[in-house]
Amino acid sequence: MCTVCGCGTASVEGHGQAQGHAHHHHDHDHGHDHDHGHGHSHGHGHGHGHDHHHGHDHGCGCGGHHHHHDRAPGAGADVHYGTGAAGTSVPGMSQSRLIEVETAILSKNDEFARQNRRLLGVLGAFAVNLVSSPGSGKTTLLCRTIRDLHDAPLAVIEGDQQTALDAERIRATGARALQVNTGKGCHLDAHMVGHAIDSLRPRPESLLFIENVGNLVCPAAFDLGEDAKVAILSVTEGEDKPLKYPDMFTAAKLALINKVDLASACDADLDAYEAALRRVNPAIEILRVSARTGEGMAQWLDWLRAGLAAKARPQAAE
Amino acid sequence: MHEMSLAEGVRGVIEDQQRRHGFAAVTRLRLEIGRFAGVEKPALDFALEVVLRGSVAEGAVVEMIDLPGQALCFDCMGRVEIDDRLAPCPDCGGGRLMPEGGDEMRIKDMEVA
Repeated sequence: MCTVCGCGTASVEGHGQAQGHAHHHHDHDHGHDHDHGHGHSHGHGHGHGHDHHHGHDHGCGCGGHHHHHDRAPGAGADVHYGTGAAGTSVPGMSQSRLIEVETAILSKNDEFARQNRRLLGVLGAFAVNLVSSPGSGKTTLLCRTIRDLHDAPLAVIEGDQQTALDAERIRATGARALQVNTGKGCHLDAHMVGHAIDSLRPRPESLLFIENVGNLVCPAAFDLGEDAKVAILSVTEGEDKPLKYPDMFTAAKLALINKVDLASACDADLDAYEAALRRVNPAIEILRVSARTGEGMAQWLDWLRAGLAAKARPQAAE
Repeated sequence: MHEMSLAEGVRGVIEDQQRRHGFAAVTRLRLEIGRFAGVEKPALDFALEVVLRGSVAEGAVVEMIDLPGQALCFDCMGRVEIDDRLAPCPDCGGGRLMPEGGDEMRIKDMEVA
């Protein structure tokens, strides 16, 4: 499986497998077996590597370009760093060419995220990426939010490994929702979300909720093109959660402490929750809410409306 | 965390570079990993070994360079380096530190033949 775009096992509702879709720019090198037993060992790259690559031209997108025989005749012959790709040399790196790459490992994801952000910017749609551990009450909170927002234009992208249960719950509120199943993937990425945005076609000046896979680790690193990550933390989870999983709470602009109606039953010290959140992210905004009783919902809706108003407003000149 | 995804990302970047520069093999690969990137280096090493199999970078020597964690202290407003995500400010002892650097995950360069 390509876990960067999720192709292979991820599916967007109405699309089947995500592969082969229109804005699928990157090449897929998976699914074909490279272990074809011609016995090259790990040392093969030094000088005779080109002998081995004929077998790789099998229509996977990485084949068909292997014209290196006449371009890189091997170690020693191409030490003119100034004319090569690198334009420099590094002690300890010898003989072969050095290519300065300086590229983020997640650059492909980041490019998809930029495309999403550009599109959402043109629409003036305010997108929030809801992140939390499983069971924090994301979907319940979202259903309540949708009900309390009444007729505000909005759409929901639901991410889970399996099932369309959450999208069905959202649709039961009357809102438009699309389920993305990540298969074995532990997070949504910008490419999946791009497909989902294409399908959902968010309305101008609307809210877009992206409910990420319940996971406090991986989604922190994947920009989806959202305006803000909102971390949801419920009072049943323990106030030390932000200290244990700091990256997610550092990445979040707002934290919602959910299920506050259960705080006394859980002996939860809400101030301790807030202190832990600010310990890992001194700039984080915090709201205490209960999707069940409605406590704090007004402030949460105000936060959303303010975000939407700022996004929807035509960009003020300087 | 998601080291397989990262390894797929590395392979994608290498293949882009291969199309651009046309080399036969990557013999050495240097990655820069920030201290706060959340990357488990042994797991990434393992994932790379699997994911790069059959690519031009199969068998490449992978070197990971640590980049320091940097933070802004909200108490003394100083920019400081910290080793641990929850370490106090080395200057003033304050505990309100906003990470500002150290989440990098980059391919720095590679040696090709």
